[in-house]
Amino acid sequence: MARQFMKGNDAIILGALAAGCRAYYGYPITPASEIAHAASLHFPALGGVFIQAESEVAAINMVYGTAGMGIRAMTASSSPGFSLKQEGLSYIAGAELPCVVVNIVRGGPGLGNIAPEQADYFQITKGGGHGNYRLIALAPNSAQEMCNLTMLAFDLADKYRNPACIMADGITGQMMEVVDIPEPKPIPFDHRSWAVHGDAQTRQNLISSIFLEPEELEKHNLKLDRKYREIMAHEVRHETYRTEDADLVVVAYGVTSRIVYSAIDQAREAGLKVGLLRPITIWPFPSQAVAEAAQKAKQILVVELSTGQMVEDVQLAVLGRCPVHFYGRCGGMVPSSNEILSECERILAGGKN
Amino acid sequence: MTTEFPYMEVDSELCKGCQLCIDVCPKGVIAISDKLNSYSYHPAYYTGEGCTGCGLCFYACPEPGAIRVVKP
Amino acid sequence: MAKVFEKPASFYSEFERKSAGHKKTTHYCPGCGHGNVHKMIAEAIEDLGVAERSVFVSPVGCSVFGYYYFNSGNFQSAHGRAAAVATGIKRANPDSIVMSYQGDGDLAAIGTAETVHAANRGENISVFFINNAIYGMTGGQMAPTTMIGQRTTTTPRGRTEVDHGNPVRMCEILATLPAPTFITRVGLGNSKQIMQARKAIRKALQIQIEGKGYSFVEILAPCPTGWKMDPPEARDHLTKVMEEIFPLGVYKDVSDEAEAGHWNRISKPFDVEARHAYLQSMKTPLSLEPVPLAKDLACKFAGFGGQGVLTLGLFLAQVGMKAGHQVSWIPAYGPEMRGGTANCSVNICRGRIGAPTVDHPNVLVVMNQPSLDMFEDTVVDGGWIFVDSGICTGVPDRKRLRAIMLPATEIADKIGSPKVANVVMLGAICAATGIFGADYVKETLRIIIKRKELLDTNLLAFDAGWQAVVEQG
Repeated sequence: MARQFMKGNDAIILGALAAGCRAYYGYPITPASEIAHAASLHFPALGGVFIQAESEVAAINMVYGTAGMGIRAMTASSSPGFSLKQEGLSYIAGAELPCVVVNIVRGGPGLGNIAPEQADYFQITKGGGHGNYRLIALAPNSAQEMCNLTMLAFDLADKYRNPACIMADGITGQMMEVVDIPEPKPIPFDHRSWAVHGDAQTRQNLISSIFLEPEELEKHNLKLDRKYREIMAHEVRHETYRTEDADLVVVAYGVTSRIVYSAIDQAREAGLKVGLLRPITIWPFPSQAVAEAAQKAKQILVVELSTGQMVEDVQLAVLGRCPVHFYGRCGGMVPSSNEILSECERILAGGKN
Repeated sequence: MTTEFPYMEVDSELCKGCQLCIDVCPKGVIAISDKLNSYSYHPAYYTGEGCTGCGLCFYACPEPGAIRVVKP
Repeated sequence: MAKVFEKPASFYSEFERKSAGHKKTTHYCPGCGHGNVHKMIAEAIEDLGVAERSVFVSPVGCSVFGYYYFNSGNFQSAHGRAAAVATGIKRANPDSIVMSYQGDGDLAAIGTAETVHAANRGENISVFFINNAIYGMTGGQMAPTTMIGQRTTTTPRGRTEVDHGNPVRMCEILATLPAPTFITRVGLGNSKQIMQARKAIRKALQIQIEGKGYSFVEILAPCPTGWKMDPPEARDHLTKVMEEIFPLGVYKDVSDEAEAGHWNRISKPFDVEARHAYLQSMKTPLSLEPVPLAKDLACKFAGFGGQGVLTLGLFLAQVGMKAGHQVSWIPAYGPEMRGGTANCSVNICRGRIGAPTVDHPNVLVVMNQPSLDMFEDTVVDGGWIFVDSGICTGVPDRKRLRAIMLPATEIADKIGSPKVANVVMLGAICAATGIFGADYVKETLRIIIKRKELLDTNLLAFDAGWQAVVEQG
């Protein structure tokens, strides 16, 4: 097996190349810049396109242009830059174009800092830009998944003609781990029915998000809604760790889920029945899995690098079946496994200590 | 309409009556109609004589298909 | 042979996408300049034989519905972003003939950045800029090109320099850039101007076809509705008033000197085999015998920036990877960076690594006093602590921790460079903990150290660190 030791940010470009992505447009921002560095090295070497755009806004609109040609394209940024891309994402979703966008989330709001956070969850999973649309959102927790989920993101984007987002925290972007180099796959999608290739056969196609007549726009929105329901029915992904007999299920994603693995091992050594439910897709959210966990467990604990965002989706899924607790750190502070263990102990003791 | 002389023609339903063709015609052979078309514009029309087929009215006309000029 | 002037074939015969009104007329007001420019572009596309390859990018503004009319590939873009979208199209498919068609608000206000930078990159596209000094679609507001004194719905007393700034002259601005090939301003004020505009439009497309780069055609156009004038009056106003502020002419033209194809970019599909070969070339060219690990390692390496503590972590992690283990490395990130220290966390584990963060290391290397102060207490009981005793003034708690004190930087300096103090520490770690043998680590270093002239010094440094520990017993 071919392996390489690399940053999560570099692994994203490895996955993009394996997926046949041919164009990268981006703007530098910490802690996402390594993605652009890798893209600038590798894309031109393979005959692909790399442009360091004048702005995040320009970058996402370059993606719009290439995606509209039916060619796989991507951009990546970190929170403040991702905010700037919202306009373009709304247009891309409205025009039903496939592309991949990466957000290596840092501390906010505003300029915040460059340390890891997960506080862009609302922005990514609830829309972000204007209008009725969703991003397919995947949340890797290792360098290997940065690669593999990027490949998956391109396929999902093509399958549903919708932007797909990789949401990773700053640690998952900056962390180096061992990555198995992926096997490239052919692209099993034909875009000629909708893309504009700049040739005679696709001349009649139109890339647009404008529907002047209210009747038409409603129809378009309902079509998008049907698509989103289909994604919710078929594309939910999650994993569980030691939940079978758990009295307390911790729900966490991204780097937080990695720390929770350690906390759970510690808890089990101490005789506490704690398990992890980790959303891999944060949209569509694994509501059913959370609901089932809530049916069996006595308590749910949500751990996030935010003041509480995913916890709302968990509460909606649990619907009062059991108590939902929240433990969050933010501003770049990352909980230790001991901290999480203490929180588990406190909850299992009835919240007294 | 066939003729051995140059001529211009206006599709009266496509004309918005802006009069720019009249303005640019070097021979002054285009006029505005008293009648209204179905979009409530007074369309331009060729008075029937003197067109040189220069095409200036065609380029001055903002509508893609309102004016056609033939120079045999 | 008869000459016929008629609707060019690059227009749709019927404007089916148009939602209301006559399907053969435009949505523009009587006397609007957009229709003239559309007609001249459609004619040029046809005459130059590029209809099948053409891609028209419509902006936001009155020409938002450009795609109603052109029988070409069509993109509708966000306000101001047409030049960026056009860039994405052209770069992805350099064979396409890409036109960005924009009004003054779109191109010179909200899209100024996209305009300037597409020009500065010399994108091989044709930009058509309709300047009518007003926002038409949204109801006659001030445009970036609105003239001093001009009344609009947002300058009801007329534009003033102090309140609103001066009209922006895009040709003049873009002509300062080295990359553009052809920059010109033409008008629609009379037949002579219209025929010059026609010529400029054709030239802009021809330059693109020949791969000669970026063209920018600014067209002064009347907006009878926004200007509250009848169409002939508006054309007069254009020549008498607007031209004073926006002089017609060629601002830059290097199309004769430009080399054909110079501005063509390469974009080609890469098949699965090419991708496979490329990706496989990235793998680390090394396979060593796996080395069993007695205990999972959670390491922290800390010191001043420049002491090589991040690299120390990378070296050890890579040795761990070669030895067949799971490894993770995180640079100092976030609040840990405070206090002028650099540090990284490394895990080397037999099984899956949970938390990649290291809160309680069992191996700590400190190469300055602040790091010793900050991290000593985080080490687990009985854990290892390696201290650069030539730099740190303090001494760790030897009762609680297994401490190795060595003047790593001084040792490195004697070998030839204080920069290899980190590898002195690496030798010390391996000697003291026994995790990896000296030959094994040095074989790895031979492969991962990219600058071969530094290799010998590094190997000497490793041996010196190892030896220092052996001498301490």
